[in-house]
Amino acid sequence: MGKTLFEKIWDKHVVRYIENETAVLYIDRHYIHEVTSPQAFNAIEKNGLKIFRPEKTTATADHNVPTVNQHLPISEKLSRIQVEQLEINCKKHNIQLFNLQNEHQGIVHVIGPELGLTLPGSTIVCGDSHTSTHGALGAIAFGIGTSEIEQVFASQCIIQNKPKTLKINVTGKLQKGVTAKDVILYIISKISTSGATGYFIEYCGETISNFSMEERMTICNMSIEMGARGGLISPDSKTIEYLKNKKFAPTGYDFELAKENWSNLFSDADAKFDRELFFSASEISPMVSYGTNPGMAISVSENIPLSNSLSGSEKISFANSLNYMNFYEGEKLVGKKIDYVFIGSCTNSRIEDLRSAAEIIKGKAKSANVIAWVVPGSKKVEQQAIAEGIDKIFTAAGFEFRQPGCSACLGMNEDKIPEGKYCVSTSNRNFEGRQGKGARTILASPIMAAIAAIKGEITDVRNYLN
Amino acid sequence: MKQKIEKIKSTAVPLPIENIDTDQIIPARFLKSTTKDGMGKNLFCDWRYDVSGNAKNDFVLNNSEYDGKILVAGKNFGCGSSREHAAWALSDYGFKIIVSSFFADIFINNAYNNGMLPIQVSDDFLSLLFSHLIENSKQEVEIDLPTQTIAICGTMLKEKFEINPYRKQCLLNGLDNVDYLTSIKSEIEKFETKNETYYVNEEDWLIAG
Repeated sequence: MGKTLFEKIWDKHVVRYIENETAVLYIDRHYIHEVTSPQAFNAIEKNGLKIFRPEKTTATADHNVPTVNQHLPISEKLSRIQVEQLEINCKKHNIQLFNLQNEHQGIVHVIGPELGLTLPGSTIVCGDSHTSTHGALGAIAFGIGTSEIEQVFASQCIIQNKPKTLKINVTGKLQKGVTAKDVILYIISKISTSGATGYFIEYCGETISNFSMEERMTICNMSIEMGARGGLISPDSKTIEYLKNKKFAPTGYDFELAKENWSNLFSDADAKFDRELFFSASEISPMVSYGTNPGMAISVSENIPLSNSLSGSEKISFANSLNYMNFYEGEKLVGKKIDYVFIGSCTNSRIEDLRSAAEIIKGKAKSANVIAWVVPGSKKVEQQAIAEGIDKIFTAAGFEFRQPGCSACLGMNEDKIPEGKYCVSTSNRNFEGRQGKGARTILASPIMAAIAAIKGEITDVRNYLN
Repeated sequence: MKQKIEKIKSTAVPLPIENIDTDQIIPARFLKSTTKDGMGKNLFCDWRYDVSGNAKNDFVLNNSEYDGKILVAGKNFGCGSSREHAAWALSDYGFKIIVSSFFADIFINNAYNNGMLPIQVSDDFLSLLFSHLIENSKQEVEIDLPTQTIAICGTMLKEKFEINPYRKQCLLNGLDNVDYLTSIKSEIEKFETKNETYYVNEEDWLIAG
């Protein structure tokens, strides 16, 4: 019987099985950042160990860096200590670091693909759940905890249970105004925030293969939001084109060799998945979330669902969620006043995201009641946006064009949404307090966020497309 | 060596909320530490304290009636961020066992790696647990890892739970994954020479820095 793409890559990286499904898995690329790595460095040092393969770890500072005045020392003390500790640790252990002053700095899941460090067929881990993003290039990539970072430091391997496989097919043509973000929010809303727990997803179908690499990253990024370990997409000619001339990707003869290897990275026709799901692209509309987990999202033209079909404990969670958002069941979301717009995060901070948002706001001004932040995913995206004049489109419309980092996605730096305020955000999580204590997050695509900033309320972007 | 778990009999704390994500277990603003220490005081911080930092009376951790080494929570516990700080906070607070009808993947690994035991029970057993605990805060629950059973003490209610055999051995014997991995280093080195399929130009490394 044939193998799935996931199995092909997984099998190739198993050093040994300890028990039936518990493997020692070899890791090709390990990304670290300032927040989840310090305790792993401490443990390695305390146990008198050395980092086994320091050249296979790449570090960047992203989670709690400021998004203004990055040339100055970080003013917030605890953030500064964490970033400095990362610098000390990387220096001591000979790890490549892209710190705030480096031209390659950015959100770890933006810079990995951008620098050609994320390659098809590889295994990638990082102490961050959105590591699933890198699956867009046909890699097994997933988030890990700090004890697992320690395992990678000590041995370049982690002990891992083999997940089951789930094939998600999306076919058909997308309506105008419907983006990759809407597709993934739609899928999560259909299967729930735990609907893919225990599985590794492969996204298939013409809708997926028609997506650009950046759109595929948006899709894979949110795999974790339905509980999946990760999600990947079989590499194709777009993947290969994307990797050409990337900073650390192979070149010349090595690239030809790599290409040959990557051309075997597909699920065999007779491969068996543990589960399979089908979605039709034409049924998907621009999506917005209304609750406090990413599964609680609806088409912008729908009303918030009623709770009468829910069971006892689900009903309580649903009611708590709407209470937190100050929304009511059966209510319309269009027309709801908003206070903030955040365009950024590892989900939607790449150049295509910024271009699409800029297209919407060009020649318009943001609503006076809205504070709007655009935070590019990396120094490279920032530079590209400036080169294309996109930064000027944003600033002319009254948006703040900031410097790269995770920013208001999780509010670890100063970019927090105040208590009770509504923020239309292109990020990935609408959990209680995610963007700041008491902040109310409405997840949406970059173009939906852009139009919301202009109108000052939740708006169906389809009415404003040329 | 890590702490071992074999049998635990304790009162338990009920938290009948579904989809408790790691941002609730420990909000991001408490992730700025470079050590694992003292996370317990910020466990469930935004549910536990109001804006002025006063304890909220309606939250179970502030109810002096409830105490114990076991946390019983609604389904899909630990979803969201991979932050191990969530496991550190629960452990530092004093929990050894987390019971739910469903757990998020990364959280399970983080819990095991900190010597905690996540126990997945059926939806029915979880409801029974909740009703016993809500009715009687002194209700004890007994966990027996060798036989993989969880019982509501003083009743006939008992359920067998699943656990990966490797994880079970680790908890019973206090084994550590890093010790295991470093013990097979020569096998890993052999694997590396046999499987050179990753093509990053690592020799360019420090030049780029």
